Parts: sequence; C-alpha cells; structure tokens
Amino acid sequence: MTSKSQELLNWIDARFPLTSLWKEHLSEYYAPKNFNFWYYFGSLALLVLVIQIVTGIFLVMHYKPDASLNSAGIPVAFASVEYIMRDVPGGWIIRYMHSTGASAFFIVVYLHMFRGLLYGSYRKPRELVWIFGSLIFLCLMAEAFMGYLLPWGQMSYWGAQVIVNLFSAIPLIGPDLSLWIRGDYVIGDATLNRFFAFHVIAVPLVLLGLVVAHVIALHEVGSLNPDGIEIKKKKDANGIPLDGIPFHPYYTVKDIVGVVVFLIFFAAVMFFAPDGGGYFLEANNFFPADPMKTPPHIAPVWYFTPFYSMLRAVTSDFLVVLQLFVGWIWVWALMRAPAIGKLIATVIAVLVIGGMFFIDAKFWGVVMMGAGVVVIAFLPWLDRSPVKSIRYKGALTKIAITIFVVVFAILGYLGVLPPSPARNLVAQICTVLYFLFFALMPIYSKLESTKPEPERVTWK
Amino acid sequence: MSDNTKMDDGRRALVIATSVVGGAAVVGAAVPFLASLTPSERAKAAGAPVEADIGKLQPGEMMTVEWRGKPVWILRRTPEQLESLKKDTAALADPESKRSEQPAYIKGEARSLKPEYLVVIGICTHLGCSPGAKFQPGAESGLGSDWPGGFLCPCHGSTFDLAGRVFANKPAPDNLPVPPYMYLSDTKILIGEDSKGA
Repeated sequence: MTSKSQELLNWIDARFPLTSLWKEHLSEYYAPKNFNFWYYFGSLALLVLVIQIVTGIFLVMHYKPDASLNSAGIPVAFASVEYIMRDVPGGWIIRYMHSTGASAFFIVVYLHMFRGLLYGSYRKPRELVWIFGSLIFLCLMAEAFMGYLLPWGQMSYWGAQVIVNLFSAIPLIGPDLSLWIRGDYVIGDATLNRFFAFHVIAVPLVLLGLVVAHVIALHEVGSLNPDGIEIKKKKDANGIPLDGIPFHPYYTVKDIVGVVVFLIFFAAVMFFAPDGGGYFLEANNFFPADPMKTPPHIAPVWYFTPFYSMLRAVTSDFLVVLQLFVGWIWVWALMRAPAIGKLIATVIAVLVIGGMFFIDAKFWGVVMMGAGVVVIAFLPWLDRSPVKSIRYKGALTKIAITIFVVVFAILGYLGVLPPSPARNLVAQICTVLYFLFFALMPIYSKLESTKPEPERVTWK
Repeated sequence: MSDNTKMDDGRRALVIATSVVGGAAVVGAAVPFLASLTPSERAKAAGAPVEADIGKLQPGEMMTVEWRGKPVWILRRTPEQLESLKKDTAALADPESKRSEQPAYIKGEARSLKPEYLVVIGICTHLGCSPGAKFQPGAESGLGSDWPGGFLCPCHGSTFDLAGRVFANKPAPDNLPVPPYMYLSDTKILIGEDSKGA
C-alpha cells in the first residue's frame, strides 16, 4: 500500500534517477564527521553563486550596454546603472547585492582555497577536484573583470584599457589580438557589448558546468577532512565509513548556521558600507568613463591586486632575477626529471631565458601574472609530504605557509597603492617569495619530519 | 564490439574521413563567429581627421582634441621648455625616436613640425593609460629635483619629457606616438592627415 506521493516518486524514479541522485549526493553521501570552521566556505561559495545569478538576472532587465551618450551627455550604460540605483523600485538593493556579492565571492573562494592548502585537499586522489577548482577560480576572475566594465565608469574604462592592452605585449600577434578582443581601436561600444555577452551568458555557463564537475569529482572520491586521512579506509559491516555522517541532514543543517552568519556580515556590508570602504566599489567609478582622461590613480578591485602587483613587479632590471630562477628550475629538472621532463624543461627554459633578452618586460609581467594563477593548479604534484594535513606536517611547511600568506597580503596591499621605487622592490621580493613557496615545496615537504597520522579522525 | 573482431579497415577509413570532413566543417563554421569580433566596417571608417584651432593657446598651455577615440595633445612650449629637451637626452630610452612611432617628417628632439607646438597622442605606450601633465620642473613636481618637466603616467609611473620621449628604465618602451598632422593655417592644425598622404 503506497501513498499518492510515494506513487508519484515511483513514477518519476522509473523515468529519472531522482531518489538515487538524492541519496548519492545528499542523504547517503558520507562526509567525515570532523569538519571544522574552514569547511563552511564551499557551500557559501555555492550560495554566493546563486545570489549573483539571481541578482544578475534582475539587473539585466534594466541595464543597457550602450556606450553612446544620452541627451544629457552621459554614457547610456552609466546612466542605466544610476537609473537602477535611483528610479527602479528595489533596484539599489539588487545592485548592491550583486556588487557586494562579487567581493564576497572572492573572500569566500580565497578562504575555500586556503582550507585546501591547509589540509591537503588537493592531494591524490583529489587532483581533478583541485584542477576543476582552479579553473573555476580562473573563470571567476574573467567574470569579475568583464562585469566591472559594465557600469562604464572611469575605473571600468581604464581598468579594461590596461588589461586588454596587456595582450598587445605578446610578440607578433599581440597588437592584432588586443584589437580583436576590443573589437575597435579603443575600448568602446563594441567592447562593452561583447563583455556584457560574456558576463551574462558565456562565462556563467562554463562556470556552472565547472561547479557541477567540481562537486561530481569530489563526491566520487569523497571529502577529505582536517586530519587529512581517508575515512573510506575504515568501514562498518554495511560499507559505510565509520567516521562518516550523511551530508543531509548533518552538514546541510551545519551549513545553514554558516549561511546565517555569512548573511549577517553580507547584509551589514550591503546596508552600511556598500562601497566596502572604496575597495568593493571604487570612488572613481562613480564618474562616467572619459576616454580623454585617466584618473590620477587607477587600481584594480582588491581581489585582483596580488596578481596585479606581480605584473607591476616585472621591470627590465628584474628580468635577470627571473632568468636565474628559471635557470635554477631547469638545472633541477635536468638532474631529477625523467627524459620527457628534461626535454620539456629545456624547451621552456631556452624560450623563456632567451626570450627575456628580446621581448619587453611588460610581456613577462603578463606571463608572471598568469603563472601566479596557474601555478596553484600544480599543487597536487608539488607536495611530496607523506601526510596531507598541516596538523601532522613539520615546521618547514608551517613557516612556508605563514610566509606565503603574509606575502600574498603584502602583494594585495601594494596592488591598490600607486607605484614607487621602494614599493616596487618590496613587490619584487614578495613575488620571488610567492613563487619560491611553490618551487621549493617538493623539497621542504619531503625534507621535514612529520608526525604520524591518526588511524581515525580526531575531534573535540 | 567484441574482443575477437578486428576493426574493419574500410570502416576505420570511413570513420577517419567523416571525422576530418566534420572537423573541417566545424572550423569553417567558426570563421564568421571569430570574424564578428574584429572591428566592424563602421569602426574602421570612423577615423576621420579632426581640425584644431590653436589660435588661443598661450605659451605653456595644452589643449586636448579627440581623434579616433584617443586624446591628442597640443602643447605650446615656452623657450625654456624647448631648452630642457636638449639637456635630458642621456636619461631617455629613445632620445632620437628611432624605434618610436612618428611620421617620417617629424625629426629632432622637438618632435614637431614647428618646434613651439608639440602634437602627440596622449596614450602611454605601456598599457594605454593617458599620462597627466607635470610641467613644473624641479623638486616641487614630486618627481625629484632633476625633473625637467613633462608627463607622468598614473598607472605604472612611466615618465615622458616635454617632447613625449620616455625616460629609461620605465615600464613604457617607446615615446608617445606622433599622429600624422599638418598646418592648414598659422592657427589651424589638421590631425589625422598630412599633405604627404597619411
């Protein structure tokens, strides 16, 4: 005897795997029972993604991607954002949700990545989880960059001008490439419209696909935990991990607590400091774009500044340091790597070291910025420690991670300031340290003495 | 396909041929999409020359006109400012503008048709910001006591002298470009076209 609702469920299950999907990903997905504070940020990232998509849909209903001037001499795109802020009922709050959401997305994602770094979430067999995550980070940067052009303010305009011109530094194809990206000889209506298309359609589609891949890959191998040990090694008679608890209801309920606390902070920023002290919304972006005049100080939004600092750090006299750095990795590869690795390392080293004699420093600045993002994806192969979690790693890793965090913060801080020779030197030192964290990881993670991992997860 | 059957060679050839033809179709179909991102005919046509009236420009003053969506500066230099161009040569990256963009008829340190009037595109050759005027020489400029007067790019700190020539060891590789231009009369300049057929 089945109830009507059970009958309906049976009808669906015979045609679509609803119950089995629910079980596989929620009610019978066994996550370690010792998740701590750091494990909130994955579900929070998902929440912010939903906020951005929903608010974005409503913003598009009023926003106009049009760089031409209206009868008052203001660009239509800029005026439409002001229209949303002033005349559309509820428009201001939707727009502030979206702009605060952009910064919140990066805060949450940076903390989520840092969690992975602490507990070794990238280690075998979670390499693909980590790579999908790195691609999500890359997509997020593209999404944020293109979205920032849409209000068509001074920072929107000149920020895009600088970043698109970075591509012109690529030898041979560079100038044509940046022309192709802009669709005009200057940043203009063509650029605004294509960035709009990418921001609202193309990149979000890729982003959603990657998020699904990220979660599927995670659920295939199972979540790691602050102890960095595999709970699947110890199972009960039913094949359920002894240290695992069903994601629903245990972690859905736990994550709701995180959501509530997050939303308190989110609402506080949204209502009391929507410009985030000039870091979430920059003062110069309240002026309409003026192609004739660059603001006296332009800086990217805070979440790009660590990588922007690396870009600025590469000057012609710094290239020697980079040549030595690449040369050192080359020698190292010649001693240690298998034959194919030696060949690849030689080709790359010759191209880079030789290229630095011929190609401008600004091109290498772009390469540096890109490398700063991409190198993160290589962590699974750089960490050679016998243990995964920082709880059981040695002093060297702890020192390295501390330096890394400090260096990343300094680079981020320098990136919002105007350049000066002294600051540039600090940025150069920090850039070298940033890359040393990754380059030396195979050495210090192997060299240090580690503590034994526990058999079962620990928790208080 | 079971283990004991070998792939039929004829079928394999057909699969390869189909894949190649299909791949060619995909490449062909991509062409209009990639081409649509290049500048439109309208954008290409929008490069008409502009006229500037320099009659009211006082010595030491600068005006900006828009040409092809870019700022073009016209600076009327004082005799002292012209004199400064001779002194700073050693500190410049490309003092004779050998690798920089300028019409063939622009020569010498003044980089202009009439030494008094500098005409340059006010877009930094590093990453395309528009530098700001820092005409005041010396320490008051905040750029050191040996600053001869010139332009400072706010984005990455490149500095240019009063002929738009970039100082060495700065992010910008080249001097500010000089657009093609000609004098229509003593007080009128046409930017974007010259009698030599730009």
